[in-house]
Amino acid sequence: MAEDFILTTQGLAKTFRGIVAVDGVDLAVQRGSIHALIGPNGAGKTTCFNLLTKFLSPTRGRISFNGRDITRTSPADVARLGLVRSFQISATFPHLSVLENVRIALQRQRGDNFDFWRSEKLLRRYDAEAFGLIEQVGLAGHADGRAADLSYGRKRALELATTLALSPELMLLDEPMAGMAHEDIDRTAALIRRAAKGRTVLMVEHNLSVVASLSDRITVLARGRVLAEGTYDQVSRDPRVVEAYIGVGHG
Amino acid sequence: MNRSEAAAAPVAAPVPTAGHAGSPRRDDGALHAMLFAGLVAALLVAPFLAYPVFVMRVMCFALFASAFNLLLGYGGLLSFGHAAYFGLASYVCAFAARSWGVDPVAAILLGTLASAALGAVFGAIAIRRQGIYFAMITLALAQIVYFAALQAPFTGGEDGIQGVPRGRLLGLVDLAPDATLYGLVLVVFVAGLLAIYRIVHSPFGQVLRAIRENESRALSLGYRVDRYRLAVFTMSAALSGLAGATKALVFQLASLTDVHWTMSGEVVLMTLIGGMGTMFGPTVGALVFMALEFYLASIGSWVTVVEGAVFVVCVLAFREGVVGVLARRLGRPL
Ligand SMILES: Nc1ncnc2c1ncn2[C@@H]1O[C@H](COP(=O)(O)OP(=O)(O)OP(=O)(O)O)[C@@H](O)[C@H]1O
Ligand SMILES: [Mg+2]
Repeated sequence: MAEDFILTTQGLAKTFRGIVAVDGVDLAVQRGSIHALIGPNGAGKTTCFNLLTKFLSPTRGRISFNGRDITRTSPADVARLGLVRSFQISATFPHLSVLENVRIALQRQRGDNFDFWRSEKLLRRYDAEAFGLIEQVGLAGHADGRAADLSYGRKRALELATTLALSPELMLLDEPMAGMAHEDIDRTAALIRRAAKGRTVLMVEHNLSVVASLSDRITVLARGRVLAEGTYDQVSRDPRVVEAYIGVGHG
Repeated sequence: MNRSEAAAAPVAAPVPTAGHAGSPRRDDGALHAMLFAGLVAALLVAPFLAYPVFVMRVMCFALFASAFNLLLGYGGLLSFGHAAYFGLASYVCAFAARSWGVDPVAAILLGTLASAALGAVFGAIAIRRQGIYFAMITLALAQIVYFAALQAPFTGGEDGIQGVPRGRLLGLVDLAPDATLYGLVLVVFVAGLLAIYRIVHSPFGQVLRAIRENESRALSLGYRVDRYRLAVFTMSAALSGLAGATKALVFQLASLTDVHWTMSGEVVLMTLIGGMGTMFGPTVGALVFMALEFYLASIGSWVTVVEGAVFVVCVLAFREGVVGVLARRLGRPL
């Protein structure tokens, strides 16, 4: 097989005080693809993300990224290796301006993070690049506003810009479209498609039309287990998938 | 993506930033420069209006509180054991000046370095825990220092190290008169405060802000949060040491009071009274605290009760502290 997987897991499992949230998941994300992780509420998608980015440590199983075992790596170091996530509940730095939010990411990548003896004016050298990213996600008019004052959808857009600022090799997006208005969903989908050039995206998304149009490959999770995997057409015809979704009243 | 598409979404009206947590505006730097200049001017006049030793005492504690606030207000970490760093430097400075007869500046630096080293070690142990556990560990570690100071042969036990010579500054200026020592303390205090200002408004300070605002996000962007915490802890310990060492010269004394847990409590009080997370709050808090202590000295042990009452009123009535409230009213960080 000539397939090149950027991320693989073997038997990944997580138990919370007896509750099995993720139950032996084998995942293989192909380099350069957009891979979607879908499933009904409580299926274990976010827990999977937390395991992959080391925000939780797995009860069992192994994770490898670029052929390197990261099962015991710290969250910050995982990000430094090029695996960067966004959060289901939008994560920004609320009292920092939109510009500063994006700059924090740029600053991390370029250095001068421990420069405590220099003026923060030094950070203005990242302004042009930060503005570029802010414009890309459609927040051009908001650069100087506080992140806390943005609407929910715009916070998601800001989070995306911040994640993109690190130009990660693998980007994990947890429901990037949640809470967005229609126009924003289309714009964000286009943005993700563009951002996916030259990198890999693994995303959780409930909006199935977005999943259908964006993803190359889909893994369906239910009750912590992989139910099905394949292209959208394959997966959507799978009777077990249909049942799992209807079973919990998802459409 | 073009801009016109962005206009389609409901627009959140840009709200002007208010309070000390807001993003710095372009002219905040000018405001702060003015405040620093005003503070220096006031301190140049102060020894003519009040007892110089009292003003020096206020400056030492103001620096201590500001150093503590660097950790609490900007690092987001509540330490209950900062007396350890204040006190250790006080002892080291006193010992070096008295027993080795070193230059006062060298004695102050030695004390500061000792506290920085202790801060690095204790910090490394404490930052593994958070919240109340962090506070308890810092307190426990500080108690070790207290008992060491009580038992060690060179600390003078209950008596402390007394009769510390103020010495001659770089071998030239005699620091025995309050007037010359006042000059040194003023320079140390202002330099310390400026150092804190620089740390807070540096690229490093910006990362600290991000960590305080959203630790998981900072982690997910690849920031090794613990290293920043350890760095700010060490800086705070070093600056607390600078204050403690200077205090030892002013009072020519290092004693158990400096390392006692009540000292750790007092610095928390000063910081909260003045306003944590503000640049000038701890200084105002130290002044209020010292003035209370000074004017209430005649009522004896009731001072503690009054201090406690002031603290309760502060926490209940205005949590942001004196300067915090002012900053919010003005809509500018102070
Ligand atoms: N920290 C935790 N402690 C205990 N149980 C948890 C924890 N996190 C998640 N769970 C449980 O694990 C299961 C999977 O949750 P998870 O958040 O991964 O689902 P999800 O697929 O992301 O769902 P959604 O679509 O609603 O976001 C749920 O039953 C949830 O209650
Ligand atoms: Mg989820």
